[in-house]
Amino acid sequence: MRVAFTANGRPVEADDVWEGESLLYVLRERVGLPGSKNACEQGECGSCTVYLDGVPVCACLVAAGQVQDREVRTVEGLADPVSGDVGVVQQAFLDAGAVQCGFCTPGLLVQTHALLARDPRPGDTDIREALSGNLCRCTGYEKIMDAVRLASARVSAQGRGQA
Amino acid sequence: MSTRTIQDQKNLRKLNQASRHGIGASPLRPDGTLKVKGEFAYSSDLWHEDMLWGMALRSPHPRATILSVDVSEALKTPGVHAVLTHEDIPGSKFYGLEIADQPALAIDKVRYHGEAIAIVAADHPETARRAVRKIKVEYRVLTPITTEEQCLHPETYGYVHEPQEYKSHAHGNICHEQRLVCGLGVTDEVRAMADVIVRGEYEVGMQDQAFLGPESGLAVPAEDGGVDLYVATQWLHVDRQQIAPVLGLPEEKVRLTLAGVGGAFGGREDLSMQIHACLLALRTGRPVKIVYSRDESFFGHVHRHPARLTYEHGATRDGKLVYSDARIVLDGGAYASASPAVVGNAASLGNGPYVIPNVRMHALALYSNNPSCGAMRGFGAVQAAFGYESQMDKLAAALDMDPVEFRRLNAMAEGDLMPTGQRIDAPAPVAELLRRVKDMPLPPPLDPTDPDIRTLPGARSNTSHGEGIVRGVGYSVGIKNVGFSEGFDDYSTARVRLEVIGGEPVAMVHTAMAEVGQGGITVHAQIARTELGVEQVTIHPANTEIGSAGSTSASRQTYMTGGAVKLAAEAVKQELIARGRRRYGWTQHDIELADGKVVSRSAGVLVPMVELLGDGAIELTREHHHRPTQPFDPQTGQGFGHVQYSFCANRAVVDVDVELGLVKVVELTAVQDVGKALNPLAVIGQIQGGCTQALGLAVMEEIIIRDGEVRNASFTDYLIPTILDTPPIPVEILELPDPNAPYGLRGVGEAPTVSATPSIVAAIRQATGIALNRIPVRPEHLTGTL
Repeated sequence: MRVAFTANGRPVEADDVWEGESLLYVLRERVGLPGSKNACEQGECGSCTVYLDGVPVCACLVAAGQVQDREVRTVEGLADPVSGDVGVVQQAFLDAGAVQCGFCTPGLLVQTHALLARDPRPGDTDIREALSGNLCRCTGYEKIMDAVRLASARVSAQGRGQA
Repeated sequence: MSTRTIQDQKNLRKLNQASRHGIGASPLRPDGTLKVKGEFAYSSDLWHEDMLWGMALRSPHPRATILSVDVSEALKTPGVHAVLTHEDIPGSKFYGLEIADQPALAIDKVRYHGEAIAIVAADHPETARRAVRKIKVEYRVLTPITTEEQCLHPETYGYVHEPQEYKSHAHGNICHEQRLVCGLGVTDEVRAMADVIVRGEYEVGMQDQAFLGPESGLAVPAEDGGVDLYVATQWLHVDRQQIAPVLGLPEEKVRLTLAGVGGAFGGREDLSMQIHACLLALRTGRPVKIVYSRDESFFGHVHRHPARLTYEHGATRDGKLVYSDARIVLDGGAYASASPAVVGNAASLGNGPYVIPNVRMHALALYSNNPSCGAMRGFGAVQAAFGYESQMDKLAAALDMDPVEFRRLNAMAEGDLMPTGQRIDAPAPVAELLRRVKDMPLPPPLDPTDPDIRTLPGARSNTSHGEGIVRGVGYSVGIKNVGFSEGFDDYSTARVRLEVIGGEPVAMVHTAMAEVGQGGITVHAQIARTELGVEQVTIHPANTEIGSAGSTSASRQTYMTGGAVKLAAEAVKQELIARGRRRYGWTQHDIELADGKVVSRSAGVLVPMVELLGDGAIELTREHHHRPTQPFDPQTGQGFGHVQYSFCANRAVVDVDVELGLVKVVELTAVQDVGKALNPLAVIGQIQGGCTQALGLAVMEEIIIRDGEVRNASFTDYLIPTILDTPPIPVEILELPDPNAPYGLRGVGEAPTVSATPSIVAAIRQATGIALNRIPVRPEHLTGTL
């Protein structure tokens, strides 16, 4: 089948898609967006988290056909589309040392981006609850907590700034 | 910011005394921007024109004879380009890290659940999956050999490898064993010297590395008949050493390049998809990509050895250890993997960081029809630490002593002897680490009037609002070796090039080190900056064009490959200065490189490096070897076996719902001596990550096996700690330089994984009063409903 949708603001189209393919497979293997990751492919690890019509979802759990005519935003769409500069959340993850192997990072960035969009000043337990669907095996999460606090402080300092 | 973050920052400030981006600073990762933009190419992201997808058929049985394999239906599937069995292997059919006992594809029998039997290449992963299902295998299923009792009685229960098949010194179903005796050993006379004797039997479940990036890579056939393999691994050269003979190719025709690695933790020390992808690529003449699914990943790599440990300790009335008598039985599973070295570690480190005058130890790894076990962070020291630290708490209780004070009283220090007879010739601040971890402020007590249920055991399950919850505190300390041991020369190679690019001096560092997330490349750039006085450093991709860097394991890469980068950079610096002496006739003896200039402390700036370098780059390669070690004597375990030791102490605070058996770790504190923190941010990250994997082993992580069958090969069923399961992890770092190591540094990554688990179990024991002799601790162990 053919699947057409919007990815990071650009219209994309994939042909010869097998009905059993997931959105994650189409992103990674058919439209050149491998940033979303394939760690468990059953919705447990959150590494493939993307926005689907503005809502964070596990791309591995979305059938390709379900995204027809819808909007997807992936980790590749978090940087400034013109300058390519990384966003506040991305920079905070770098600055805080929240990236080690980095395989969990794309999903955590999208999930954190969504968290700060709805609650720019989350408490520690709010952060833990919001990110509890995103596994990280390297960091022990402490630097990820630091990164989210840092991004929150920077977003707050900018007023209603973009994460 | 929380208090503990501030504490981290304070630690960082204290440690940050060096140049802006040199050693001792915490510059950002060179691969960080690519990683946060989703542009970093992991091994599973690779793509090639015309590429095929590879997939393996795996055994559903842990032990069976293969009567026949029929691939004809699979081959007929449209889109399938090759189906291979062991009969298609052009070279040697076996491989292995230490003993070549594992067939690349099963030959006539399978020895564990998940063993690969045949491989398929097809134009779509689903086509490959369907073709795999069409391969017909006729099995004669045999009763698997899975328990210690069965393994040790092969005449009754059979052999995992028939005696004529043995590729090693192994006998029966024992893969490797190591005995150790020191002092008087353990005799009736020695026992009589003890006023208090405690005994314990302990069990450790099988833990998985659970790196997030699945095993994957891309093999591209080359015009010279060889193959180029892009792969996520821990050691490119040892992969090649095992792959080339199976392909029937000379090593120079098997070229490896490191692809992006999504974590490792020991699970990538053994080969997984490497040989299969190369076989399929060479057969089809097309690039072949293999990416494991998570369930295949559980079958495709070795795990941490499950263990049964028996300890008896004696001490005097005033709290001095008299003897230790221990037996550690590790289940190595179907193939040897790293079992011999794991046994060596268990035997030599299995009495902990304590001075014990009389020791008897017997450690062994068994062949069984359970999944193969090998390297995982902590490597043989983890299982033992649960045993000896449980014993230390028992002894302290029997003596009515404080458990930390009891440990401090027996803690080893620089100058003391290991049970192997090796003298500790570098700082060993075990007592100091314990003192400091005890002095760290405790978290506030649970507020029973208005608890946030999300922070309680059970969290959103709404199982308690504070009632039935008891707090406990536990302590532990551990010891880990750094680098490969027992006479192994795991040297590292580095090439450093200094040249002018864009009017600026730029250093290029080339090694074959596997960057698996630990930050080795960050440190290499820091070392080059410090040694060469330049700001710009580029890191060359890791590949087999340069000599070996050894494995990214055993906490060794900063020590070994960092050391090689230091040597190569020093050589480049000396060459540059020599060039200046020839050209300008400098006579000063205090010449250094700093801020892009050649400077003399007495005469000031001599010349900008750009001018001296001109068009002539300097490029030099150096190998770094650690001091030689010795094998342990097989009977006495004596020998100068280890390169360096690493120590960490922990305190765990837990809340336990004693009615439901639910545990919430409230805080997990670590104090570790790192010799010298080359990158404090990365060092703290390693310690916190290591502690969290230890937390997983303490309370949740176990591969469940029934009669050889793996029952939970998924992240739905094999649980690793989430951010909600993981507490704040305050870290304090000591920097006591090791005179034998580059910059005085000490390997960091594994010590906290060794030491943290027992502190959590001790805390649960304190809260519940239950003995707890098995990890992971499960709710039923706490409620008595087992």
